[in-house]
Amino acid sequence: MRGILSDRMGAALLMAPLLLFLVLAYAWPFLGVVKWSFTLPQPGLGQYDALLTDPLVQSVFVRTLRIATVVTLVSVTAAYAITVVWVRGTPAQRLVAEFCILVPFWISVLTRAFGWLALLSNRGLINTWLQSIGFISEPLTLVRNEFGVVVGMTHFLIPFAVFPLASAMRSLDERVLLAARGLGSSRMRTFWSVFVPMTSSGIIGSALITFVFSLGFFVTPAILGGGRSVMVAELIYLRIFQSPDWGLGAAISVVLVLFVGVLMALLFRYVRPRQMI
Amino acid sequence: MPTYRPGPVSLVLAVLVALFLLMPLLAVVPVSLTPSRMLAMPTGELSLRHYRALIEDPRWLDAILLSLRIGVVSSAISTILALCFSLGVWMFQPRFTAALVGFVLLPMVVPPVVSAITLYFLLTSVSGVSSFFGYDTWLGVAMAHSVMTVPFATVLILVSLSQLDRRIDLAARGLGASVWERATRVIMPNIKFGIVTAALMSFVLSWEEIGVTLFITSVNAITLPRLMWMGLRDNIDPAIAALSVILIVITVLVLALRAVVVRLRGAG
Repeated sequence: MRGILSDRMGAALLMAPLLLFLVLAYAWPFLGVVKWSFTLPQPGLGQYDALLTDPLVQSVFVRTLRIATVVTLVSVTAAYAITVVWVRGTPAQRLVAEFCILVPFWISVLTRAFGWLALLSNRGLINTWLQSIGFISEPLTLVRNEFGVVVGMTHFLIPFAVFPLASAMRSLDERVLLAARGLGSSRMRTFWSVFVPMTSSGIIGSALITFVFSLGFFVTPAILGGGRSVMVAELIYLRIFQSPDWGLGAAISVVLVLFVGVLMALLFRYVRPRQMI
Repeated sequence: MPTYRPGPVSLVLAVLVALFLLMPLLAVVPVSLTPSRMLAMPTGELSLRHYRALIEDPRWLDAILLSLRIGVVSSAISTILALCFSLGVWMFQPRFTAALVGFVLLPMVVPPVVSAITLYFLLTSVSGVSSFFGYDTWLGVAMAHSVMTVPFATVLILVSLSQLDRRIDLAARGLGASVWERATRVIMPNIKFGIVTAALMSFVLSWEEIGVTLFITSVNAITLPRLMWMGLRDNIDPAIAALSVILIVITVLVLALRAVVVRLRGAG
């Protein structure tokens, strides 16, 4: 009997500090934010009503969904292309692919956004080069618009899109592919009719992760969008710090969490977590 | 035995993606050498003035030291909390484990901007009670970073525990070891690598954290990413390019070193 008792106490003592820490520093203040959304500036559902009627908020929601969709499609496709080589290439090819995936992955989001500014801005590498060869006379506007945001976010999200795909491709039985080839299927046909369908769980996982991440994206859109293509996360920031409207900022946050929660529930329903990592 | 290798089309596509991934990292190199005070490609002469600015301008040095301090403190907090929690989960397998682990992972899953407004709420509420722990203080930032990094530390330690053979713990238990002895003398030496990885990961995540930091600092606790952010928003400061080059070089070196170590281990 003593054993069971001390087991329970041991577990409680070990697990309590972190749980307590997160309850006090995360769960409790989150409830505070929820409270803000119902009480600021005055009690009621006014802020949620504003979410449904305010054209500015609506346009930001629509833009966020549009950018997130485009970014997800491009990122997953690009990630698929490089993951094929990372998983199935020769050892040398694998090493190069791994380097190209992991180096950007570990570099901070600010440095990467800055790199895109250096490439795409009016006096950046691409415009300077195109002007020097006389291809264009006026610099192209490549940042401070939606194009720049999509490019920067895609660059950020490709490594995240790679990991679920890689795990799906690794668990695929190679003999199936060899059998298809041995039975006379062409490379293209083997790829589209065998390889892609058999990695579909990875594709779904990858797409959902990318989509969820891009919904709450803040830094890249704020830098590469230059205040012109504001996404949901930046709108929250602006409502809290620039036009103090804490209630609306809080209400948008609550809606965002609920939306992401539904997406995550779908993710766990259709893709077992083990297949994602 | 034949193996299924990617064909030429796959290789070409992969090369294009690889170029896309590396391009912005390479682009910062010429910008960092520009003699101009604004973001521009160098025309003709090169200059190291922006590298010098990093050393000479006390703002950069202060920010680096602050980020180091916050990184070390928050990494220590999150590693210790994550280690205790994971040991509890692994040794006792209590009921509701899945729900408790899910709760701990929340800050990793919730959109960062929502965590940011949550921590902003927390720190502004605490500010009224104590002045050195609240909004725009280094301790406040360290605590907020711990909240954000603790899920990653927990995942890494739980993964390394899952690879541990339970029988060694059962043997220690059968031989009469106390919970403390089992944890510190049997289990922890076997997951050293996971603990160190968790600490490093927490440090790196705190070192480059910007989304939450923006919400909880204004003028006093200027971390390195926060300073970079300020330099990126208004007039783009090419010193950021110099700093970026240094950070990229460090990342490449660490990854190359890791690749060599992995290869040597694999060979030996």
